Amino acid sequence: MGIQIEHPGLLSTLQDLGRTGLQHLGVPVNGAMDETSHRMANLLVGNAEEEATLEITLSGPRLHFQEDAVIAVCGANMAPMIDGEPLPMWRPVRVRAGVRLLFGRPQIGCRAYLAVAAGFDVPAVMGSRATAVRGAYGGFNGRALRKGDVLPLRSPEEAHTARWVGLLAHKQSRFAYPNWSVSRHKMPYRVVPQPLRILPGRHWQNFPVVMREQLVEAEYRVGNDSDRMGYRLSGPALDARRSHDVLSEGMVTGAVQVPPGGQPIILMADHQTTGGYPVIAVVIGVDLPVVAQLAPGDTLRFKLATQEESYAAAIAREQQLELVRQALAVRLR
Amino acid sequence: MAEAAANTPQLHAMGDRALVAEYGRALSVPINARVRAAAEHLLAHPLPGMTDVVPAFAALTVHFDPLLVAAHHRTADPVTAMRDALQHALAKAPDLPKRKARTVEIPVCYGGEFGEDLALVAQRSGLSEEDVVQVHSGTEYYVYTLGFLPGFAYLGGLDRRLVTPRLESPRKRVPAGSVGIGGDQTGVYPFETPGGWNLIGRTPIALFRFNEEAHAVIEPGDRVRFLAIGPRDFQALRDKR
Repeated sequence: MGIQIEHPGLLSTLQDLGRTGLQHLGVPVNGAMDETSHRMANLLVGNAEEEATLEITLSGPRLHFQEDAVIAVCGANMAPMIDGEPLPMWRPVRVRAGVRLLFGRPQIGCRAYLAVAAGFDVPAVMGSRATAVRGAYGGFNGRALRKGDVLPLRSPEEAHTARWVGLLAHKQSRFAYPNWSVSRHKMPYRVVPQPLRILPGRHWQNFPVVMREQLVEAEYRVGNDSDRMGYRLSGPALDARRSHDVLSEGMVTGAVQVPPGGQPIILMADHQTTGGYPVIAVVIGVDLPVVAQLAPGDTLRFKLATQEESYAAAIAREQQLELVRQALAVRLR
Repeated sequence: MAEAAANTPQLHAMGDRALVAEYGRALSVPINARVRAAAEHLLAHPLPGMTDVVPAFAALTVHFDPLLVAAHHRTADPVTAMRDALQHALAKAPDLPKRKARTVEIPVCYGGEFGEDLALVAQRSGLSEEDVVQVHSGTEYYVYTLGFLPGFAYLGGLDRRLVTPRLESPRKRVPAGSVGIGGDQTGVYPFETPGGWNLIGRTPIALFRFNEEAHAVIEPGDRVRFLAIGPRDFQALRDKR
């Protein structure tokens, strides 16, 4: 019993907040690319934020629910449909056993997150349920979902979801939802693209001033070979020749690396623990979900920020999540 | 090789979630030992808000959660607070790691179906296949750091004669345990993965285990020797796993 995968979509993997604390052994962090949408989806079904969600990429899966569940879909709008009717996003939805949930292509964004109340029943590997496709461990059998898989669900404790079920149970339809949702302003990205806020990287000073200026003035395009490891950008080349040869060292998600060809790469959730290209800049943590929602072919710009702005943005995000948490508590009282 | 490490490392911010402590810029065993000692110290005495410690060749990267650091130090400037805390902690770190480095023997079945590119490496080097095996297994390698994949060791010391450029198009699938040469580096793939190194053999032992606790068979600072074995021993060791 669980969710049967009738069509897997392009790349659907279980992800959580990542596998931290083992990078000294070469273990990458992995985890949800758009942390904000992942956390919000969990919040809306009453889960801990560390619970795994299903990360759905670019082209959606078809899921057959074999049991009742309370779900929430956040992130990219991939026109989710339940038995032919639109499924509203950014709110809890009660679905009955037997329904089919179908995702299409994203109208906005690149990745959607499906949370299920009580969570997916898969074992934690090294403290995390994030799928490491390279290495083939974690998540559901260490891999992306395939046709015919059945994703097991944990049985919700009665007290845990009683409030959600109570809220939605008065309707006998195949699915039911409240008439409220997370405000548009609380969503992690906007329809109008925002420049990505960056801080100077470890080798910022090794790049000539003109190159640094170019990075924030130019427009870059997200390459087709961009994935969970890194976003490969194309645009004016950044001359890294003046930068000294660097020995590989620990890398951070959001690092803007400049390989010899001069076309920058933004390291993302599946990046290796170490890397050897010069790092001109680092995307601030709060803007990583914005990167995660860019699809191949999209364009982006960088904007130089400060540590103060980065911290203020991080606090603002926590406040937004806290407001949703409080509003939810009031609605479910 | 004998380049000395800086007495106090230079600290650099790596964005808003990590700091890098740079002990030098050269590939050197003494510098690497300082990096390892510092990492060992931090792992034994974690700083509040610290999430990961990555000792590399000559620098140590410390990852942290800015919100946790800010809450602990009651500040709106977590990067500066972490930098101060790190500076303080690193000043107390010993110069040499406490962990005793080991010499790890890795059994390898060279050539044939286990190492499809052995002939290519031999041809490039001008040596016979037997000589390549002898040189590769007759060298002691130093483990600088782990990275790329869980338990993947970056080894120093490859004999110059065996330096072989990476494959022009990487293989889609390199079997777990494959021993390869890529440029002036040699190493063992702990997991099945795409890869561009020339494969010369394969080990039957698992280099990374995570049944109970995550465990890398080879750790930074260790010395590695490859022991040539035949297909029969390969199978026997594999079955024991």
